[in-house]
Amino acid sequence: MTASLSSMPRLPRIAVLGAGHTGPVIARVALAAGHPVTIAASGSPEKIALITQVLAPGAEPRWAADAVADADVVVLAIPLHKFAAFDPALVADKFVVDTMNYWPPIDGVQQMFDDPRYGSSEIVQRRLAHSTVVKTLNHIGYHELEDDRRPAGSLERRALGVAGDDPGAVKTVAEVIEGIGYAAVQLDSLRAGRLLQPGGPVFGVSLRQTEFEQALAA
Amino acid sequence: MTTAPSDAVRASAAEPTTFPLVLGLDTFGDVTNDDDNRPLSHAQTIRNLVEQGVLADQVGVDFFGIGEHHTDDYPLSAADVVLGAIAARTTRVRLGSAVTVLSSDDPVRVFQRYSTLNAVSGGRAEVILGRGSSIDSFPLFGYDLADYEQLFEEKAQLFAELLKGGPVTWEGKLRAPLHNQDVVPHTESGPFPAWIGVGGNPQSVIRAARYGYSLMLAIIRGSPARFAPFSQLFQQALQQLGQAPRPVGVHSPGHVAATDEQAREEFWPHYREAIRRVARTRGFAVPTKESFLYEIGPRGSLYVGSPETVAQKIAANLTVLGANRFEMKYGMGGLSHEALMTAIELYGTQVIPRVREILS
Ligand SMILES: NC(=O)c1ccc[n+]([C@@H]2O[C@H](COP(=O)([O-])OP(=O)(O)OC[C@H]3O[C@@H](n4cnc5c(N)ncnc54)[C@H](OP(=O)(O)O)[C@@H]3O)[C@@H](O)[C@H]2O)c1
Repeated sequence: MTASLSSMPRLPRIAVLGAGHTGPVIARVALAAGHPVTIAASGSPEKIALITQVLAPGAEPRWAADAVADADVVVLAIPLHKFAAFDPALVADKFVVDTMNYWPPIDGVQQMFDDPRYGSSEIVQRRLAHSTVVKTLNHIGYHELEDDRRPAGSLERRALGVAGDDPGAVKTVAEVIEGIGYAAVQLDSLRAGRLLQPGGPVFGVSLRQTEFEQALAA
Repeated sequence: MTTAPSDAVRASAAEPTTFPLVLGLDTFGDVTNDDDNRPLSHAQTIRNLVEQGVLADQVGVDFFGIGEHHTDDYPLSAADVVLGAIAARTTRVRLGSAVTVLSSDDPVRVFQRYSTLNAVSGGRAEVILGRGSSIDSFPLFGYDLADYEQLFEEKAQLFAELLKGGPVTWEGKLRAPLHNQDVVPHTESGPFPAWIGVGGNPQSVIRAARYGYSLMLAIIRGSPARFAPFSQLFQQALQQLGQAPRPVGVHSPGHVAATDEQAREEFWPHYREAIRRVARTRGFAVPTKESFLYEIGPRGSLYVGSPETVAQKIAANLTVLGANRFEMKYGMGGLSHEALMTAIELYGTQVIPRVREILS
């Protein structure tokens, strides 16, 4: 799983896990960028059929296992407190985009993540030992994700960090982010990706690429 | 436990597809400051709040809602008591919660409190159920935030059963069961209106449809128009359930003063401070003046300005969102009681008639 998928003739297939605040918005912007998209919550596809039809028309609602099966990239848009019960086998051998945040003032304290030595995505990667985790989309609000997109070359284009230990995975995901309408700023490890977390210099701030890079370096 | 869609709340809603326009005010009861810019006591803040509710009634505001919070800067933990005091001094304004944090409350008790308010006020009670934006009630009442979704799901379902009136039989996982239980006080004329407040989770929209609630969209930042699909989702879900359309409301923050500039200058420093406080504890960025100006502009979700500016924005967004109700959350920690009284008066005497005029 270390080769970049960018040599593929088509855009990566994306499976979005989560149909709450964030999942359908990610599905919608991915569809708009031309990706084939499946979406799943924890239950049956019927339960999210109407949500998908209205909020992300064109995405295919499935059971989680089916959504993931033929996906190149799996986006985890589930609450972090559901992660402890998430089955790692489901996403084995996949590129996994971790959008989740450990954010105690909003979501309460969780023991698994309450370790200041590690970033939340490092802990996610440790648990998803057979997947390749990339951290991104966690520091932009779901309510901004659609409005803040800008075409490549636009001076206003907002930057998003893309962090991971595997260069191929980071490159693939960075291309997805660029295609959606953001400038992807790559960070070469999940450890470095701690800078993208709540309390960090870019969390919830709209920054252009140079500003973003400066904020990370400061 | 019954899973059939509740028609309890539907029965209380207006019959036709077009619902009457309702223009209300919400407050979280933020602590206000005195003339020397010092915070008032909790007790004085609450007494002032009663005066604000009474004024809202006098100037023609349709609905007055009070949120639930449990912190030093938002000491409004028992909204229903304050609403009862307002009810005793008013005759017209409808009174409700905005919101009741149902997950950390007991649905039976919520029903009892608001059914009592309904009695005291001569049938003017409403309740908006939701999560709200703070989590303080969870540790306070011994709930685990990780159970949030399940708690809300179960309790929203039980509350819908209670609203129907008559003995309730119900069983869930997180609360003791009820067997043919009569819950008092009974309402005089059917269920009082009940809403679910939704901040952007489409699954909550479906839940509101399924259990018989009306939909209140809480839009506190970013583009209001992005919520338009939510009201479509709501009406389509009702259609699939074979139910009649139900009202959709919008809750957003705002401040009205004589001129745009005055409203902006009064609101901005307190808004910045309030968000800065939240940002510090939650670890996100403090708003810039630029982001504030964006939010109060046509594409943002703050309703700050002169009566004309605010009225135009309300009318435009109600149309875009297919909504028939707007609740402006007024007040911001640190504003003075006097500034709030002026805002309420302008909202009632100028904004409301102007919105009606634009939309008629
Ligand atoms: N809100 C934001 O602005 C924002 C921005 C960036 C990142 N994030 C992150 O995005 C994540 C999701 O947040 P949210 O606000 O969208 O949550 P949410 O509204 O509560 O939605 C969570 C979704 O995850 C689903 N889910 C739970 N367990 C699952 C599982 N094992 N497999 C598949 N689906 C599952 C739920 O489906 P069921 O109801 O069927 O269980 C639900 O659709 C969080 O980790 C958050 O930190 C949020």
